[in-house]
Amino acid sequence: MGNMIKIHINGKPYRVEPGQTIMQAADKLGFHIPRLCYHPKLSIEGACRVCIVEVEGMRNYVASCAYPVSDGMKVRTNTKELRQARRDIIELILDNHPLDCHTCDRDSNCELQRLASSMGIKKRHFEGERKQYDMDISSPSVIRDPNKCILCGRCVRICSEVQKVYNLGHAYRGFKTVVMPAYNMPMAESVCTACGQCINVCPTAAFVEKNVTQELFTKLNDPSVIKVAQVAPSVRAAIGEAFGLAPGAALEQEMTAALKRLGFDYVFDTQFSADLTIMEEASEFLERIQGKGRLPMITSCSSAWMKCLEQFYPDLIENVSTCKSPMSMMGAMVKTYFADRIKKDPAKILSVAVMCCTAKKYEAQRPELMVNGMNATDMVVTTREIAWMIKSAGIDLLHIKPERFDEPLGLSSGAGTIFGATGGVMEAAIRTAYELYTGETLLDIEVEDLRGLKGIKEGKVVMDNKEIRVAVAHGLGNACDLLDIVRKDPARYHFIEIMGCPGGCVGGGGQPYAGINSIPLDEDCLKKRAEALYNLDRNKTIRRSHENPDIQRIYKEFLGRPLSATAHKLLHTHYKAKGPRGITPQVAIGMKG
Amino acid sequence: METTKDIRAAELGEFMARCRTSPRPESHLIAILHKAQSLYGYLSNAVMDEVSEAMNIPAAHIWGVATFYHYFNLKPKGKHTIAVCLGTACYVKGAEEVLEAIKEELKIGMGETTQDGLFTLQEARCLGACGLAPVVMIDEKIYGGLTPKKAVDILKAYRKQR
Repeated sequence: MGNMIKIHINGKPYRVEPGQTIMQAADKLGFHIPRLCYHPKLSIEGACRVCIVEVEGMRNYVASCAYPVSDGMKVRTNTKELRQARRDIIELILDNHPLDCHTCDRDSNCELQRLASSMGIKKRHFEGERKQYDMDISSPSVIRDPNKCILCGRCVRICSEVQKVYNLGHAYRGFKTVVMPAYNMPMAESVCTACGQCINVCPTAAFVEKNVTQELFTKLNDPSVIKVAQVAPSVRAAIGEAFGLAPGAALEQEMTAALKRLGFDYVFDTQFSADLTIMEEASEFLERIQGKGRLPMITSCSSAWMKCLEQFYPDLIENVSTCKSPMSMMGAMVKTYFADRIKKDPAKILSVAVMCCTAKKYEAQRPELMVNGMNATDMVVTTREIAWMIKSAGIDLLHIKPERFDEPLGLSSGAGTIFGATGGVMEAAIRTAYELYTGETLLDIEVEDLRGLKGIKEGKVVMDNKEIRVAVAHGLGNACDLLDIVRKDPARYHFIEIMGCPGGCVGGGGQPYAGINSIPLDEDCLKKRAEALYNLDRNKTIRRSHENPDIQRIYKEFLGRPLSATAHKLLHTHYKAKGPRGITPQVAIGMKG
Repeated sequence: METTKDIRAAELGEFMARCRTSPRPESHLIAILHKAQSLYGYLSNAVMDEVSEAMNIPAAHIWGVATFYHYFNLKPKGKHTIAVCLGTACYVKGAEEVLEAIKEELKIGMGETTQDGLFTLQEARCLGACGLAPVVMIDEKIYGGLTPKKAVDILKAYRKQR
């Protein structure tokens, strides 16, 4: 600590570490400088100028997100002139922004609104020309509304730097600048993987999910259909945040009860079909290591990753497991096995998936996932949408009497639970594959090496003297780095898990927006959501998928055995190369026009 | 036609291959786009896709650069390019009326190309021929001392040439 430097902030001296920006130093000292385009996970853009501060001796204000501290520097963060300058900047942004807060998707959850409020903007001083663009509603997952865009560039940066999809860029210039895919392609025709991370980081409503809540409310009131819901693991680990709870609360049975009150006749658990996925995937893996099929085998649960695969890595399609995602497996079981059991026409069943994910909306529409000519999943709503519906219907989620999931697709093992966190699918698969292969039960089932937020995690399991090397990547950018290794050295790993979103499904594009004291994709928040799932796993008596009695029953009564002809027909699929071809540059390319 | 297309594609391909041998291939993007435009007259999405694949640069980034600079045309240009000077001298001498007459005659706006592909209309900022104001340049040829009627007559003459 010998090389600390001295700076003054607002007249008081502090010792700080060199090599950081004024904003970073100020954050650690408890001075919160307002900011808009800055995000700690992304490169510094310095575009919005909201974080300006006064540095003694400098002619102009400097952007504190980009300017480094130096010895003897005297910084002021809150002078009258600065406050006025920042307010002018926000007012100028507002001048080119629709005046429709009360009907906006991000009302009360908008960073621009919060900034305007914190700066005391009570009336509009500037009136001028306002941009007018059509919304892009082509995608089943992500809606793009350039009218709401304030050009902070966070979406462009997360899409290129974190996800390495490079779908978005700034096009045109000056007043006419718009964030858009190449050639102004509709999102549905672009390389967009529908991951929804642009929605997570957008400070306004320039990116939002395709909202189907009104349509779902209508269908829930239709007495002629049987309403069936399934809920992804990560929804229960995050829904509390939308109701003001701190991250990390697991509201499994409260959420189930709320869904019943909303009008669902049956509420099933996607964790059940996660167990089913493990049965199929572990069996497929064992076949592959015995020579039937290409290695390494790569997981196929994440819909954003599947679209990424088809566009960016068509050469690796054969490496990807043929297993459908847990959502689509559940949909298939609802429209066959379950319809048979309740002796109803599957065409009368409305199959709704409640997901932490925007890409699942896209997946649900993939024609190859249809079952007997019907959609396996009729509708997908995100955690945000279902939280809004619960509030809108006047259901008190926090004080509701808890209820259990319904039979026969509601019971799950702890292995199904941890699917929601990065590394969870691999850990769950190891628990079952080990036993299927060796005939012995794996006792030490918590695989610490595969947990946590490191970009690429590696581990080893020894099964009957055979060393199985595994790797896990979360976020498509990390996946891209891992797959580059695989392309060069295909024998390095046997089994790979890839999740499209940072942190895995807990960081999905459909999760609640960051609250007042948080930032989007805050690592601490992601860790707490994951921990909520690991706790649920620890508290379960059944922690291995093959020990789930309802899984054993569905194989006995309906599917036969893993990889049977019925299982292949209903639980497996295949992928095809798709255009437009995705490009992943070797060096990071600045996306600013 | 096919052969000229192949020759152009080959020339662009060769140019990009040379750029790829440099230490920072992606820094040659603007030069490559200039080359593509000089070969094809404009930057089509297909050509930008070709650049994207050959240089391993995402199409969204190329699109950002191509739309940022006015010099790049994203639509095919007409056989003749009309540049109407709107510099100060031409402007005070009635360039705007001349421009309006041309727009009216061709039924296109600034930056657009006529349906028959004959003319593209652009504006220019001082062609250095202020003594002849108002001035219009068609391809490489300067027409000075114009009135709306004279301008329209010139366009009609170009049409007849065809």
